[in-house]
Amino acid sequence: MDKFSSVKGISAPLINKSGNQLSLMMNIDTDMIIPKQFLKTIKRSGLGKNLFDEMRYDSDGKEIDSFILNKEPFRKAKILIAGKNFGCGSSREHAPWSILDFGIKVIIAPSFADIFFNNSFKNGILPIKLDEKIINSLIDVSMKGEELEVNLIDQAIILHDRKIEFDVDPINKECLVKGLDDIGSTLEKVSFIDEFENEISGKRPWNIPS
Amino acid sequence: MSEPKTIYDKIWESHLAYEGDGDCLLYIDRHLIHEVTSPQAFEGLRMSNRQVRRPQNALAVADHNIPTTDRALGIGDEESEIQIQTLEDNCKEFGIKYIETSDKRQGIVHIIGPEQGFTLPGLTIVCGDSHTSTHGAFGALAHGIGTSEVEHVLATQTLIQKKAKNFKVNITGKCKDDVTAKDLALSVIGAIGTAGGTGYVIEYTGDAVESLSIEGRMTLCNLTIEAGARAGLVSPDEKTFEYLKGRPMSPKDAEWDSAIEYWKTLASDRNAKYDKTIEIDASNLTPLVTWGTSPEDVISIDGNIPNLEDIKDDSKRSAVKRSLDYMNLVPGSPIKGVPIDRVFIGSCTNGRIEDLREAASILPGKKVSERVSAMVVPGSGLVKEQAEEEGLDKIFIEAGFEWREPGCSMCLAMNADKLAPKERCASTSNRNFEGRQGREGRTHLVSPKMAAAAALTGCLTDVREMVLENG
Repeated sequence: MDKFSSVKGISAPLINKSGNQLSLMMNIDTDMIIPKQFLKTIKRSGLGKNLFDEMRYDSDGKEIDSFILNKEPFRKAKILIAGKNFGCGSSREHAPWSILDFGIKVIIAPSFADIFFNNSFKNGILPIKLDEKIINSLIDVSMKGEELEVNLIDQAIILHDRKIEFDVDPINKECLVKGLDDIGSTLEKVSFIDEFENEISGKRPWNIPS
Repeated sequence: MSEPKTIYDKIWESHLAYEGDGDCLLYIDRHLIHEVTSPQAFEGLRMSNRQVRRPQNALAVADHNIPTTDRALGIGDEESEIQIQTLEDNCKEFGIKYIETSDKRQGIVHIIGPEQGFTLPGLTIVCGDSHTSTHGAFGALAHGIGTSEVEHVLATQTLIQKKAKNFKVNITGKCKDDVTAKDLALSVIGAIGTAGGTGYVIEYTGDAVESLSIEGRMTLCNLTIEAGARAGLVSPDEKTFEYLKGRPMSPKDAEWDSAIEYWKTLASDRNAKYDKTIEIDASNLTPLVTWGTSPEDVISIDGNIPNLEDIKDDSKRSAVKRSLDYMNLVPGSPIKGVPIDRVFIGSCTNGRIEDLREAASILPGKKVSERVSAMVVPGSGLVKEQAEEEGLDKIFIEAGFEWREPGCSMCLAMNADKLAPKERCASTSNRNFEGRQGREGRTHLVSPKMAAAAALTGCLTDVREMVLENG
């Protein structure tokens, strides 16, 4: 996994319009992020072109002009801004794979679904939880196409006139910053796993099929 | 005496293989594998030259991609065929037990796990599928994982985990006739919302839960993920043990007796502490239906679609507007009577024998509406076989349903079973998301009986009225 320290780039807000009212889309599910027809792949790569496929292309495969990622400068977005409960639904890791393959490294939302949140870190994507009001204040900046800088080391989003701090779990942070391989670090503790298995196979043999 | 514990606390503590500063390794007893979320995990193992630590703790089956037409005709789609073949090859290479597509035990992972006795109380069970929460019905800690975690479990038999909080959903009172486990589950999602359980493990308690069959508990736990909680649990009881006794992979003889003895200690202690609790009165519930594109968009079948002006929160209002535009429904109008084109009975939510019995119960002597195309997809080959022994297939076929081979089918439409654009479906599945059952398809989540009723009338229907007509 690539090491993550900071990302500077265009941010794209996912917005619903109702009259003049702009509001961040909530409950964006992983079916929306990457529809099922793209889950037939046996690879991790190449899914970026189908990110948000049904919102991004019409049924003939033509780009829908009004969708934000089809507009300049958002085609080059590195940061995504969305409403609460981002990534709900299916556990498909194709969702973060498609986001990353598009070039997005940071997602800012008031809340995330648990499985998606986990899957993001495993792929070098930083999901940032912020208060909805603070996120709403980013929409304007974002729509103007101003770049944001997300600095993971300092845990801060840096705008031209202000700085917004965010929380991140220290272990998740370390994994991203160092680009750690989870499996490698777990295997360093293999003696604990051996010991646990020995103990359980005596106590509850049905837990561990032979 | 030690502090009273919830069943989740007990399973968590009994599976900690390593406890570090903020990070824990949770030992995983069982791993279910299917074709869609595993190929990249096996590829990862190969690339880093790693082995599967305990292949005997895993069980694999193809379900998502598989066609529900005659198996002898083959898969019929090149990409699907490659994915299924890849699963079979990977299982062979790494020594994992694989149930072949031609085997009568083949079916949806969450249906075959319990059928085979692979699912047991007190175990930790994972699968690269969010509906793994289903297995919580047996008092197992079961949840969905992503592909990176699938690889992690294959290589280490553990997951790096943080403990979730305890959420008690206490459901009391007796359900009225025609109110099913599906309605209980939808009412919970409606009450707490799709993010209401985020960060929690939900435990279902109360006499309404105890009186559910094991199948009903599976439906309830299955839909827990739609309320945002990765896992749902019901403490095991005599019904659980009865269900598991004699299953092919259940413990046998003296081991069975010690297992039962242990399983009886799993139930949450009296006075166990929960971080959050809600109460639901089952006796007030009516059959439910979803109107929107989120499983929390739930109303009673005799209710009305929401009015936009009644919604105060801006982002919620624009979400509802988007949903209603997508669903092509009129705000404020009754949901009952909305015409439908398709009916789907099946999925890991409602593809078990009891679901098929419930749906079939209102069909004899009746015909599916001419405007509707209706299909039944049993959750597994064994469910199909059982249903055929009971003559349910004949009831469905005579009424005008298609009787298909097992698989995930139109729940997520990865195979040929999908809605055409703008088609409207009464579905017993678990997600009404935009495009879930096919691009621009419109899904209404209902119980099996409600789906059968809709098939007969050609519109969303109050099953209670049909049952009354039948006398």
